[in-house]
Amino acid sequence: MNLVPLGLVLDIGLGLLALAIALFALRTRTTYAAAVGFVAFGLLVALAWFRLGAPDVALTEAAIGGGLTGLLMLNASARLRATEAAAERERPGVPLRLLALLAAFAVACGLAIAVLAFPTPAPTLAPLAVANAPATGLGNPVAATLMAFRATDTLLEKVVLVLAIVGVWSLARDERWGGRPGRRHAADPNGVLVFFARLLPPIGFVFGVYLLFVGADLPGGAFQGGTILAAMWLLAIMARLADTPTIDLRWLRFWLIAGPAAFLLVGLAGLAFGSGFLAYPESLAKPIILFVEVVKIVTVGVTLALIVAGPPERHGGEGR
Amino acid sequence: MNSATWYGLLGATLAGIGLYGLIVHPHVLRKILSFNLLGSGVFLIAGVVARRGADAGLPGDPVLQGLVITGIIVAFSATALAVALLLRLAETANTASLSPGALEGRAGDAPLPADGSDPGVARRREGS
Amino acid sequence: MQDVTTPGGHWLVLALMVPVAGLLLAVLFGGRHAERIALAALPLGAIAALAIVMQMLSSGAALVYCLGNWAPPLGIVLRADGLSVAMMVTTVVVLTAIALFARIDFATPRGAREARAPFVFWVMLLGVWAALLVVFLAGDFFTLYVALELVAFAAVPLVSLDGRAETLQAALRYLLYALAGSVLYLVGTVLIYGGYGTLDIALLADRLRAEPVAIVAVALMTAGLLAKTALFPLHLWLPPAHAGAPAAASALLSGLVIKGSFFLVIRLWLDAFGSVMTPAAAQLLAALGAGAIVVGSVVALQQARLKLMVAYSTVAQIGYLFLMFPLVLGAASAGAAAAALAGGLLQAISHATAKAAMFMAAGLVYAALGHDRVADLRGAARALPLTIAAFALSGIALIGLPPAGGFLAKWLLLSSALESAQWWWVVVIALGGLLTAAYVFLVLSKALTTTAEPVVITPVPRSSEVIVLALAIVSALLGVAALAPLDLVLIGRDEVMSGAR
Repeated sequence: MNLVPLGLVLDIGLGLLALAIALFALRTRTTYAAAVGFVAFGLLVALAWFRLGAPDVALTEAAIGGGLTGLLMLNASARLRATEAAAERERPGVPLRLLALLAAFAVACGLAIAVLAFPTPAPTLAPLAVANAPATGLGNPVAATLMAFRATDTLLEKVVLVLAIVGVWSLARDERWGGRPGRRHAADPNGVLVFFARLLPPIGFVFGVYLLFVGADLPGGAFQGGTILAAMWLLAIMARLADTPTIDLRWLRFWLIAGPAAFLLVGLAGLAFGSGFLAYPESLAKPIILFVEVVKIVTVGVTLALIVAGPPERHGGEGR
Repeated sequence: MNSATWYGLLGATLAGIGLYGLIVHPHVLRKILSFNLLGSGVFLIAGVVARRGADAGLPGDPVLQGLVITGIIVAFSATALAVALLLRLAETANTASLSPGALEGRAGDAPLPADGSDPGVARRREGS
Repeated sequence: MQDVTTPGGHWLVLALMVPVAGLLLAVLFGGRHAERIALAALPLGAIAALAIVMQMLSSGAALVYCLGNWAPPLGIVLRADGLSVAMMVTTVVVLTAIALFARIDFATPRGAREARAPFVFWVMLLGVWAALLVVFLAGDFFTLYVALELVAFAAVPLVSLDGRAETLQAALRYLLYALAGSVLYLVGTVLIYGGYGTLDIALLADRLRAEPVAIVAVALMTAGLLAKTALFPLHLWLPPAHAGAPAAASALLSGLVIKGSFFLVIRLWLDAFGSVMTPAAAQLLAALGAGAIVVGSVVALQQARLKLMVAYSTVAQIGYLFLMFPLVLGAASAGAAAAALAGGLLQAISHATAKAAMFMAAGLVYAALGHDRVADLRGAARALPLTIAAFALSGIALIGLPPAGGFLAKWLLLSSALESAQWWWVVVIALGGLLTAAYVFLVLSKALTTTAEPVVITPVPRSSEVIVLALAIVSALLGVAALAPLDLVLIGRDEVMSGAR
């Protein structure tokens, strides 16, 4: 009789729990409960990523999937409470439910079949990545993938962030354009929130910067670090220790585009003087990549925080 | 079955659950939530593929892990844009639903410009 | 090994970086500079596109660029073949017309440093352009996923630009469909990687087989792309979104944005899965296209408002694009396949120019008359001769009358259908032409009706009318210009197609 490995038991337990929470989030009556369930779900998924041997992804999932997305959902569900009753009355009919069930079932079955049909041995680029990582000077092959082998994907994804923030801003009223994102927060100066908002940001800042520099060789990187920075800023804003900037400030616009712009300039320099677009000369690879990452962490921090803050809702004059 | 396959099946199930919720829920915030469930399921399947690609001393295929990180960022940006659109819709028409019927008989909608110009153009003619 | 940087490949990078750099600069400097940057970027982009065309014509092969000097499967490439280049040139031409047209509607008002709608419009215009270039040039399925998201993020804010509740709903609906589509596409790419260890299109053309993993992957990716392209029955998001946007934005959305996800279906079905795809599956895809043609045209005829009619026309015309798949895959000879491919491409180009002109014309009608009710268009031709002429010319292109590109496209598709004995598509194409003629003539007959007294209008700038008319003339004359480069379409395709067979 074979002993079922402990790891598998843990994974099955984790998976069933995550499934239960997902079903809860699907079926529960209020949106607020669903949002809370979603945050819990995000943290469980982050654990699953650790079990799958991907700590970089686990960090990103916990920070962005669980943290920032959860914050966004909770905030939105509070603001949308008045619309719940009307939406309740629009319960979909049986034909739509059947259609949706059919589609969902087809997709889930298709995916399950494919997962079970994956070839063994699994094709992988790990050996190639490990073989080529030294040329980039990075010890973390995930970082090497993001910043070197598939650098253009990363560049384009930063452009996605720029479009996302402009898209969010586009939802402002015309007369509020150029103002401050988000509503004014009310926070008791002696309360717990303000206490943590004074305590955590310096620590969080250091931790975020640490994640950036360690990410060259160990799990981490500019995205994860930037998310921490964004979270710290948002915390300070919620406690009224800081405020969102007005969106027409030149320095703000600069930092929003600095990440992709730095990457673009490095790429064009490679095209003009080096061996190709986004090709790094071997001796300079690590310093160049670090430079781009340092700029990137500021851009990511600023962009993510402002995306969560939303479109401008207050005139520039309505300060703290 | 091993852990990787289990997580793959989990991902497939989550994707199905998410797709169902995305289609069925009338309240858009629930749709957005379901979309995130669907995304998580898809990313888990990517994680499974990465895990199976463990080789050369690495616990997983780094190329796929990079892909997933990119995907998580994009999914977050999409969620944020969708939420911002939804909040603005709720503020304008006091509804969180996509059905045209929900827009009837509401107050506070900006009236169409009296001079008959294209509504998309009107705002700019009024100055800043 | 085909994935080596070819001479002149760097032009691909330069072409791509023009709108990207423009976008970043536009956000940085904002205000009325955004408009100037966009207008300055367009000629630069045109130069790059022309350089690529000339390089391809002289070398007779596809242009390839290995980004970062990393070759696939580890790295990603940009690859331009005949199809890419044709779409690139079309995009620049249509964007130029839209940008010139939009200068009046989206000018930053005097005295204001920056205004919301103009800033967002010009940034998103550059965004759409950059995104489409990645779609046309990228040779890796995950890069194409990022491109799809770029397209969606740039297009959605254009729908809700005026801030009305209807357009906010339409934008949300579009975004949700687009996101569902992207995530299905993404899971497909993950499955492909899991099965074959690479996402490079050229490498996959050799490696893909008709196995469960590949079949599930292509099914999911196609479903996702069909949702984004609004192919029947996943078309419900399109009419309110395209009709509700401001005229220049509608032109952008219907003319160009929708071609992006369609282009990816070509890459998926004909390039990567070319040897795996069965003609039966292609028949299914085209059957949905036929459904789109019939349903879209019939509903278009019932529309009271002009912009909605034009939007439903888009739903119908998208159906035409999918007719090329069974004709290419089920073709009896390489020549017939090439003809079908050229026909499909020309249909896309013709629709891009004609529909953009048509939406801009509809916008001018709305601005002049204060409404766009079809029933009350009497006297419009007298009041707005240039605009109605533009509408008529773009209508001719959509119906497929000579010398428009639409005629040549349908001719190529028809001859291919007859040669491969798939005569039922002949019926569909003919029926579609008749239905399109019905709603075009419906509008024109109303507009050409004279009224006792001249219709009172708000004058629209003569330059706007001229721009729209110019684009409509281009669409109506495309058939003449397109007689030559059947070879252009085939450049770079024999490598993929022979690798696939």
